[in-house]
Parts: sequence; C-alpha cells; structure tokens
Amino acid sequence: MIIHHPTLGPRDSAEFVYLGDASLINRPDPTAETKAQDFHDYAYLRDNPAGPIRELWFHEGGDRSWLVVTRDTTTHEITAVEFARDVARKQGRSV
Amino acid sequence: MTQPTQKNRLQGGLIDRSEKFKFIFDGKDYFGHPGDTLASALLANNVRLMGRSFKYHRPRGPLTSGSEEPNAMVELRGGNRQEPNTRATTAELYDGLFANSQNRFPSLAFDAMAINDRFSNFLTAGFYYKTFMWPASFWEKIYEPIIRKAAGLGSLSMKADPDVYDKGFLHCDLLIIGAGPSGLIAALTAGRAGARVILADEDFRFGGRLNAETFAVNDGPAQDWIAETLDELRSLPNVRLMKRTTVIGAFDHGIYGAVERVSDHLKTPAPDKPRQVLWRIYTKQSILCAGATERSIAFENNDRPGIMLAGAMRAYANRWAATPAQRIAIFTNNDDGHRTAADMHAQGVEIAAVVDTRPNQPVNLDYEVISGAQVINSKGRLGLTFAELKLADGSSRTLECGALGVSGGWNPNVHLTCHQRGRPTWNEDLAAFVPGGTLPPGMSVAGAANGTLSTHGAFETGQKAANAALRALDLKTSRRKLPEAEDAPLNITPFWYVDGASRAWLDQQNDVTVKDVKLSHQEGFRSVEHLKRYTTLGMATDQGKTSNMGGLAIMAELAGKSIPEVGTTIFRPPYTPTAIGVLAGRMRGKEFHPTRLTPSHKWASEQGAVFVEVGNWMRAQWFPQPGETHWRQSVDREVLATRNSVGVCDVTTLGKVDVQGADAATFLNKIYCNGFAKLAVGKTRYGLMLREDGIAMDDGTAARMAEDHFVVTTTTANAVKVYQHMEFVRQCLFPDLDVQLISTTEAWAQYAVAGPNSRKLLQKIVDPEFDISNDGFPFMACGNITVCGGLRARLFRISFSGELAYEIALPTRYGDALIRKIMDAGAEFDVTAYGTEALGVMRIEKGHAAGNELNGTTTALNLGMGRMVSKAKDSIGSVLSEREGLNEADALMQVGIQPLDPTQKITAGGHLMNADGPVDAAHDQGYVTSAAYSPILERSIGLGFLKDGGNRKGEKMRLVSPVTNLTVEVEIVSAHFVDPEGERLRA
Repeated sequence: MIIHHPTLGPRDSAEFVYLGDASLINRPDPTAETKAQDFHDYAYLRDNPAGPIRELWFHEGGDRSWLVVTRDTTTHEITAVEFARDVARKQGRSV
Repeated sequence: MTQPTQKNRLQGGLIDRSEKFKFIFDGKDYFGHPGDTLASALLANNVRLMGRSFKYHRPRGPLTSGSEEPNAMVELRGGNRQEPNTRATTAELYDGLFANSQNRFPSLAFDAMAINDRFSNFLTAGFYYKTFMWPASFWEKIYEPIIRKAAGLGSLSMKADPDVYDKGFLHCDLLIIGAGPSGLIAALTAGRAGARVILADEDFRFGGRLNAETFAVNDGPAQDWIAETLDELRSLPNVRLMKRTTVIGAFDHGIYGAVERVSDHLKTPAPDKPRQVLWRIYTKQSILCAGATERSIAFENNDRPGIMLAGAMRAYANRWAATPAQRIAIFTNNDDGHRTAADMHAQGVEIAAVVDTRPNQPVNLDYEVISGAQVINSKGRLGLTFAELKLADGSSRTLECGALGVSGGWNPNVHLTCHQRGRPTWNEDLAAFVPGGTLPPGMSVAGAANGTLSTHGAFETGQKAANAALRALDLKTSRRKLPEAEDAPLNITPFWYVDGASRAWLDQQNDVTVKDVKLSHQEGFRSVEHLKRYTTLGMATDQGKTSNMGGLAIMAELAGKSIPEVGTTIFRPPYTPTAIGVLAGRMRGKEFHPTRLTPSHKWASEQGAVFVEVGNWMRAQWFPQPGETHWRQSVDREVLATRNSVGVCDVTTLGKVDVQGADAATFLNKIYCNGFAKLAVGKTRYGLMLREDGIAMDDGTAARMAEDHFVVTTTTANAVKVYQHMEFVRQCLFPDLDVQLISTTEAWAQYAVAGPNSRKLLQKIVDPEFDISNDGFPFMACGNITVCGGLRARLFRISFSGELAYEIALPTRYGDALIRKIMDAGAEFDVTAYGTEALGVMRIEKGHAAGNELNGTTTALNLGMGRMVSKAKDSIGSVLSEREGLNEADALMQVGIQPLDPTQKITAGGHLMNADGPVDAAHDQGYVTSAAYSPILERSIGLGFLKDGGNRKGEKMRLVSPVTNLTVEVEIVSAHFVDPEGERLRA
C-alpha cells in the first residue's frame, strides 16, 4: 500500500507501523463519574466496519509522526491522511 | 554408443540448429538446441513419458507448452541446486542440463506405486477425510509418512541453496504484462508517447502466441514484425523490456510483484549475479496482456502420454520444430483445433483424422475430418497408440495415432484481474470467463486475456488500452494504422466431457476425474469452493489453469445451473509457483534482521566473550577465563567479583529517550503510574509504565538532568515499543503539551559499574571537580560530568545488581575507549567484566522484576508495586488498574522461592501447589518466572507469582512441572534475597 503523508508525499506502507482504530485518540475523561465504564469501552470496544475506517499509523521509518489514515477495508482505498495531532486538536483534546 | 537422434524434430522453428546442447534425462543422454525447452527437446527425441501422476502414479507426458503445465514436472539439476516440481515445459535448455523424473520408483517406465491405479475405487474424492479419520495418534506416525511417500511430487535436496536471490524496486507509468501481439503494440504506442513503460513476459522470447503460430503480419512472417517492434522498443530509453519475468500478483495501489529468472537458463548463475530477483513494481497504469490458456475435453483415459492440448502440439511444431509423434489426431469442439491439423500437416506430420464434436464440418482434401464424433477412450500403456471413437451414428472406430491434440476452447488468463475484487463474467461466445467486476485500480485488459482471441483483435485492443492509459497519464494519444493480421472467430460449441466418462481426467496433476466431481456432488458438496477442497481439483502447483473449467461445467450440469451461476473459485497470487528463496531475497540466516553491536563489542570479542542475541543486539553473555570449562563457573565468578569488589557491564542496549520541554514532567506523570512532578533536578527515580488496560508495560528510570530535561530508560526488549507509545501519548492524547522526544539509544555508550569498590574506581576516571562521594552524589543522584580531563559524560547512581553502583554514559564514539579505561583504572580492584547471565543472577538475588515478570499479564499490584500507582493524578492505565478483577484479595504477588533441600533446583515455568492436596490446574497457586543459582547464597533461588503471596512467607509448598515430571519442596521467602534493607545501595 502507499500512504500519502501530509508533508512527505507518497510513502510505502512498509515505512509505517500500524496501531488500529483512531478512536484511541478519544481517551475518556479520567475524572468522570462513569470513568470505569468509559475506560472499559475505550480499551476494549472497537467497530469493525466493512468500508471506510479511520486508523492510526506511525511513521516509524520516517518522521515519527502519528497519522490518521482513512482506509476502505473492502478496497484498501485511502481517501484521507491527516496528522493525528491535528485530529486530536480538532476533537478538542487539550492539556 | 550411438548418438541419439532427434527423431521427431521437424523443419523450421525458433531454435538455433548451429549449436547443439547435450542434456541428461533419467540418466540418458540427449541433444537439443538453443531455444528449446526441456519438454520440446525430449519430444524431439521421441520421449513422450516425462512423469508419474500424484495419486495413481499413472504415466504422463506434457499436456501443455507453457507455465500452466500439470504433468511434465521434473527434478532439475542435482546436488544442492536440485529443484523439484520444475515444469519441463518452461525449463530452458542449456548445455549440460541434468534432470530426473519424479514420483516414480524404481523407474519411470516401471513404477511400483502404480498399483494405486488398481485401487482407484478407494482413492476417490474426499479419500483423505474418509480413510484416515482415526485413531488420531495414527496420523503422525503411520498415515502421514505413507501418504507422503506414495503421493507427492519431487523431493528436496535437503541441502542449503547455494544461490543468491535479490529484491528490487521499479517505478513506471505503465506496466504491460505479457508481450504477445497486444502487449507489444501497447508498449509501442505508450513508448512512442513518452510514457515510462515496463513490458514484462514470463517467456524467454517476446512474441507470445505469435511465436507458436504461422500467421503473417503485414504480409510477412510475424517474426519479422516482432523483431522490428523490439528494435524500436529497445531504442526508446523510457521503455524497459523484461523477459523471463513473471508478474505474480496485483497488489494494493498499483503495486505489482514480479519474479525475474535471471540465471535459471544457465547451468549456474554468473558469480556476481543472483539466480532470481523479486521486483516490486510501482505503477500508475497497467495493461494485462496475459493471453489465454487452452482447456481439454474429458474422456476415458485422456491422460496418456501423447495426449496434449491441440494448441500446445501446434506450438511444439511451429516454435520448437518438434512433434510428439509422426502420426497424430485431433479432437476438438472449435475451429482452433483444425488450425493445429493444418499446421502439423504442413510440417509433414501424418494426420490420422480430425474428430470434431460439431456436426457438418467442412471436408478437407488433405486429411479426414470426422464430424459429430467423439474420442471416448484411448490405449497404450506408456504412451498413446490408439484412440477409440464413437461416430455420429453411434458406431465405433479405432484410430491409430501416437499423439492426440485436444481442444475444448480457450480460457482468458483473468487471474491478475481477480487479485483484488474482480470477479470474472461469463462470455457465451467463447464459452469462457472474461475479466469482470472491479479490476485493480489502473488496470485494463487487452487481447486474448480479455476474450479477444484473434491477432487483429489483439492489436486493436492493445492500442486502445494503451491510449486509454495515456489519457489517464495526461500524455498524448496516437492512432496509427494497425499491422494487418488474421481475424478469424473461434466458433465454439461447448463440449466438456464425453457421456458416460468416469475415469476421465480433469485435473491431471492432482488426479481428479469426472467421477470424483460427480461423487462430491452426490455427497452434498454444492459450493465450488467446497468442491475444490473436497476433491482437490485445482489445488496443485498449476492451480487448475487447464482443469478448473471442466470441473465447473460438470458441477453446473449436475446442479441444473448455468456455469456463471456456479461461479469460479477465487484466484490468488502468485500466478505461478514461486520459490520461497526469492521471497526471502537476501534476508536469510544472519541477514534476516540487522545485527546491532554494543560499543564494547570489539573489546569483549578480544576477551573471548560468549555472545547472546537479545533482539537485534549481540550482548556479552559471560566472559570465560582460562580453566573455566562450564558457563556456571564463569557466571559465579563474575557475580562474586562484583559483589566483593567491582564489576562492569555494558548496558547500552537499554532504550534511552530524551524528554525535553516545559511540560516534560507533566508528560512523565502521564506515562508513568508513579509521580515525577516533584522529582528534584539531579535525581533519578524508578518508573513503572502501565498499558491503558492496567497491565504493566515496561519499567525503567527517569533522570531529571534539568528542570525541563529528563533522560528516560526503557528495557532492551521494549525500547522501540515504548518510544512509539510515548509518541502516541504525546501526539494523540496530549497534543498541546510543550514536550519533545527523541530516541538516543545509539547515541550514548553506557556501562554499569557495580560493587563496593565502584566509587573508588570511578573516582580515578571522573574529573576531580565532580564530587561523587556518598554525600556529594548519593543514591539515585544523576548529573552531567566530565571524565578523563574534559570529556562530557552523564553519571547516574542507580543499581540493578543491588550493590553500590553507577551507570556512566559517554557519546558512543568513546565507548570502546571507556571500557578499556575502566578496565585499566580498575586493575588494582581486580575489576571484572560481567555479562547478561551474571546481570540476571544479581537482579534475581535482589528481587528486581525484568521481562519474565513484566510478561504482559501482570499488574503493579502483582509486582508488589500496587501502592506506586498514584491516586493523586491521572496516568495511562490508572483508571483500569483499579478494576475489581485486578484487585482481588488473593491476587498473585511476586515472591521469592527457594528449595528446602539446598542441593535441589528451582525451574522457571514450574507451578506452585500447596504442600498437600491434588496437583492440577484447579489447585494451581502460582508459577515461577525466573530462576538462578545464587553463588552468594550457594543455592538455587527463584522469583515467581503466588496467590496472596504477600501473606504466605515461610509457607512450605511444592513446585511441580508435569512436563518434566519434577516435584521440588520449596519455601516461600522474600523476593529480596540479598541486602533486603538496601544498605549496600546506599553505602
């Protein structure tokens, strides 16, 4: 597969390490009353869609950036590649 | 000895008669010519019998003239280059070629295992499943060895492959797969337009099917047109021609795999050349011009040597000037079979008759055409002698012939179109599947592969596909006048198998007959994928290229469905059998992964150290001294010398991560379960990292070098993973923290200097302005220092051994000098280098957890560090570490274990059982993770996890290992065997 890195251009997937569902960015609030359930769901529950999925790839053989790659699991077509840090910020993650 | 003659060699052909190649097959000498394959040369020498079948050991000759061959498989070459299951039909002849037939004993002509043929009633579909059901214990010792001996293909040499295989990467605008008429015209069109083109063909001669035909192109021989075209293509710098190159798979995003057989046509590869190269080809567009494969018609005993596909017979005659016999017959259901008869006749081969299943075929003046008839059986023990016919009026007739060309139609080679999502569709005119569904992105198909079987059609569709690709590439298209060529239709009336045929072969390589397919239907196998697995149809090295369609057709008929309703099995890479060696390339043996050497490696080698692989690293395991004959002698000495005076160990392999930024401490508070915010500058702290699910991930130390600067260490094994995790936490979870990370594992050489004399030793190396006395540099201190008169270095007062100890780090380039300096300076203290074994013994004596304890199932609580998980702050894993299930009253706790009888041994992996009661999983109390002989305590000791272990010190238990039949009476003790109060550390 070829992943179009936002700054480094088309790169072979062999340069990357795969982690999984980008929902891992959405770490729950550790002070919430429902934290036990929230963290259980966060750690163990994943969707397994046949179709587009957003997932985390680490450019280990490159600039060490974590990327959010939108990939169709039925065709392997990649429709978007973003820096995970930008995604995290957009989703309101702050210190 | 008389020189063997090439009795069945014809006129013409694309072989070079000016040169003679001698070769040996089954111990006999033969001659052939450059341009021959092993199969064509054997046929020319009147050898039809080339192998025995897989299951029934029936005599077999070549069915085809190409890579789809199911029968003519040989062991090519000898010694350590012997390669089993090589298709004689693609093995290029070279002078001195040496090959043996396979799957026969004692000889090809007399095969004792042919008795299987008589027992064919027992060896039908699902034979393995039905016969060898029980008892299960018989499988490994009785059934499997017998099956492996009786059934099977070639044998391995059992010697290491001496050849080199390589991998390479290519990029192009357009990959054209197949260099027949459509591929050549496509390459010409795209090459002229300036596209970067790769034209790959599995054959050793470009031209595809044109090489096997007598067609004219532009009123001249097709070979002239091919030669002109290749000349022009070679003149274009943007075109790369790759013969002997099989494109084996179409992968994601326009990436193709191809195997180039660089040296297979030579006796041995040139000294500086690989045998084969696996190319990864990155493409923007591709055109599949892979041609078509002929299929057979099933009739009783249709597998005798001499019975082959009609198109293959024609190829042998036209390209290789070889015929399987001097008198041949044809059996066909389409016009293409007649073409073979005409070409063979023109070559002077006698035509017994053309048997056409279709009624009312035109009469031929040169030879007999029998319309509406069928070949229903054959005779000849080791090769065809007679064909039995059933004529249109139902009467019988016998034809004497030494070879029979069979044509059941042509199947487009759709394989690569299906490697992703493509599903072929049925073409009624061809009675065959053509490419359909979603093709791999950027791929189009031209020529016979797309169901356009005529040469004119190949030119037309090849040019069209090239222009479509040029448009997609934003390059200029062009339409030139196409070369003139034949444009005959196939005219086929589907005919799959002769009525009543039973032992009529569909898959000759796996010995699957019409009867087997019927039986599997009768037994309820309705899906085509089930049929394949139950009968093994199409599962051999040829993957059913010539056989699958016949099976599908019979299955459809039995189920009362159409062939497209039944569908095909899924085509998967590789297109043809691929050597594991070429997939591995140079990644063999020690080259499988990189080897990382520590800074003291050269010095350690000089000392005669024994090394051990730790991940990619080579680490000194122990340093044998003269007179030491057992590793324990060395290790015990190293431990005692360290504990009594001073020892030194290279610990560079531990992961090091530099953490800098205003929020560095906040960041460490997130990744470690214990607190770091209040750690003073100049101090080091042990840190435990949890996974988000509350399980321990890794441990190490973090040294605060400055307010905004920490140096973090990880275990050797987890260095890469932990760095990844830290970057994940930084970028994905806390994107606005002001913190930067970089791995500095290779940047610093680091040595542990441990033992009561370690300070005295280091005081000789550390520059005097740095006070490293116990007051000036107490336990857990860290700092930037200089050594040897101004070299910058880092010093940490941390200890894995439990002794007064330091770790000293210098830029890696000084690592070799530093170990020599330490050994010189320490001579007066008898400084001793120690390896990973002594390191392990000392950490077990001290009760420090390592990889065996941080094993992916244990929590901070299990490790005796439950109270370290700070409740005052959030950290990765802190929430889920509070889960009930991880905090039960009898949770496993780390303990020390020692045998009651000091002469007995603790074994890692053993389980702990109560002193009395049953020994079984239900009564399991815990297990041993690490064990060692302690030279200080002079007994075997161990670390392990025990239920409620914190409250069971002093308890007598049994350590059992049912695997090794071991039972040892043990006592549960503190995990801190040596210096439990930590007085030595702080000395």
